[in-house]
Amino acid sequence: MQPNSAILSAEGLTRIFGSGKKKVVAVDHVDFDIKFKEIVSLVGQSGSGKTTIGRMLLNLLKPSEGKIKFIGRNIKEFAKGKARLEYWKKVQGVFQDPFSSFNQFFSIKRNLRRTFRLMEQKMSAEQKDALIKQSLELVNVDPDDVMDKFPFELSGGQRQRIMLARIFLIKPKVLIADEPTSMIDATLRSGILRLLMKLRDAEEMTILFITHDMGLAYYVSDRIFVMHEGKIVEEGDAEEIVFHPSHPYTKKLISDVPVLNKEWL
Amino acid sequence: MKVKKLVAEVENLKAYYKVKGRILKAVDGVSLGLRDGEVLGIAGESGCGKSTLAMSLSGLFLPPLKYYGGKIKLKDIEISKMDRKLLRKNVLGKKISFIPQSAMNALNPTLKIRNFVIDVLKEHEPELSEEEIIDRVEERFDSLSLSKRVINSYPFELSGGMKQRVITVISTLMNPEILLADEPTSALDVSSQHQIIKLIKTLLERRIVKSVVFITHELPLLRHIADRIAIMYAGQIVERGTTSQIIFSPLHPYTKMLMSSIITPEKGMKGKELPVVSGSPPNLYEIVAGCRFAERCPYVTEECKINEIKFHKIGDREVRCLHPLTERNGINAAK
Repeated sequence: MQPNSAILSAEGLTRIFGSGKKKVVAVDHVDFDIKFKEIVSLVGQSGSGKTTIGRMLLNLLKPSEGKIKFIGRNIKEFAKGKARLEYWKKVQGVFQDPFSSFNQFFSIKRNLRRTFRLMEQKMSAEQKDALIKQSLELVNVDPDDVMDKFPFELSGGQRQRIMLARIFLIKPKVLIADEPTSMIDATLRSGILRLLMKLRDAEEMTILFITHDMGLAYYVSDRIFVMHEGKIVEEGDAEEIVFHPSHPYTKKLISDVPVLNKEWL
Repeated sequence: MKVKKLVAEVENLKAYYKVKGRILKAVDGVSLGLRDGEVLGIAGESGCGKSTLAMSLSGLFLPPLKYYGGKIKLKDIEISKMDRKLLRKNVLGKKISFIPQSAMNALNPTLKIRNFVIDVLKEHEPELSEEEIIDRVEERFDSLSLSKRVINSYPFELSGGMKQRVITVISTLMNPEILLADEPTSALDVSSQHQIIKLIKTLLERRIVKSVVFITHELPLLRHIADRIAIMYAGQIVERGTTSQIIFSPLHPYTKMLMSSIITPEKGMKGKELPVVSGSPPNLYEIVAGCRFAERCPYVTEECKINEIKFHKIGDREVRCLHPLTERNGINAAK
């Protein structure tokens, strides 16, 4: 793919929950392009619709209106059965609540082994385990410690890191990372962020990074989309958004972030 | 600057968890003084014992947490060995108010805020009538410019930020001397965070509370709210100092590591080299001899692994390290 061509794009993307009086427009006619090998952050407060966009991009939730294109094809074509599995080989997600992502009745080893069902090449159990170990080490988790444990025995941060290890196994084209480091401590978080950036370079991965943390968004991304009440109110270069925001909402969001070198209260 | 008088003093506090016959040393010999009018920030990573410390400071040791030694002195009374009933009656809420982590999620969903407050206050001051209580609450809400409408709402009608503010106001209704706030802002977005911090500052300015212990893992926040910061690692405090000392010129290698992992939207932060940290904090079941940070420390020597490291005084600062990052060691602490 060419660096400047859109890998994922949304046109008039809308999602409505409920109806009548209880109708909530979670995502309201949103348009965007995410380009090949780009890291884009989607920022906004809780309830702004960030996660809903992520879930629609992953084909986990149908849009009420509008469409999403993956390399020019409407992702509706990948909505069911084998086609959807094909889609998930290429577009993967990491969620903010990793507990719900694992099968709780399976050990970590078994959970990760299931990942290989998405892969084409056949591998022996030893090969698979070796790969699993390698990817766990990449995210700073001791394989011997966690392989035989169950998800509930691990901390939130460990579970999030194991979710990321899955991504190293699958190596998708696009990663939708929804608050992937929210439970990871600061000293380990930096390592994870750098790994994501490395994935982009080494594996030519495109990443949509969903976060409420402006600092993280600025740190990792090329461009930032700012969401407010279901709409993208401003988008632009990370530098531009952080230092020269133009929309009043972006201005407020930036000024509410505590920083080190400026008075805040 | 005149050193303010102490409102609380903690000496060598030990609070351990007893789980399946094994002992987890979550708070292992913590000493600190809390001065009148200050916000003391306690920072560290998950599992370092911050929350356990907060709970212990309230004197309430709920199983499996057990008190193993040390003192918690509030002016004239020692609360660490106090009977739980007496503690609840005379100390909690009145002298010390403890807001546990995610307290806002513990609001009873079937009670309006007003009924919840009545429940709480009646427990402490049974002679008050409902009208008196509500008057008091309305007055306090008003004075802190919170909408009185909130009092007649159910928790689900309030946003997370509002719930957290309500909890903070209710827990300080009896004007406690000390407010212990454990991660009061961690589940909130930045704008609500800002409001909570302002609320806590106002409580201090109006002397509704005299001192605050603010526990968090978010260091940029402490930069703005704390007067002094204590850094915790593996059950112990490893460095104490003023906020600017800790954030801009840390002495302990661990503090430095924490500070350099701060990411904020500021010039120079984008894509900057961050420290690559290997290893994880030690197992608090079996504590090894010597410095607890030794395994991950870039400046470790054999000497570090022999005896427990005591606090060293460097000027007005204190650090639990044999090789603090001072100019003397050829390491620029501010870098």
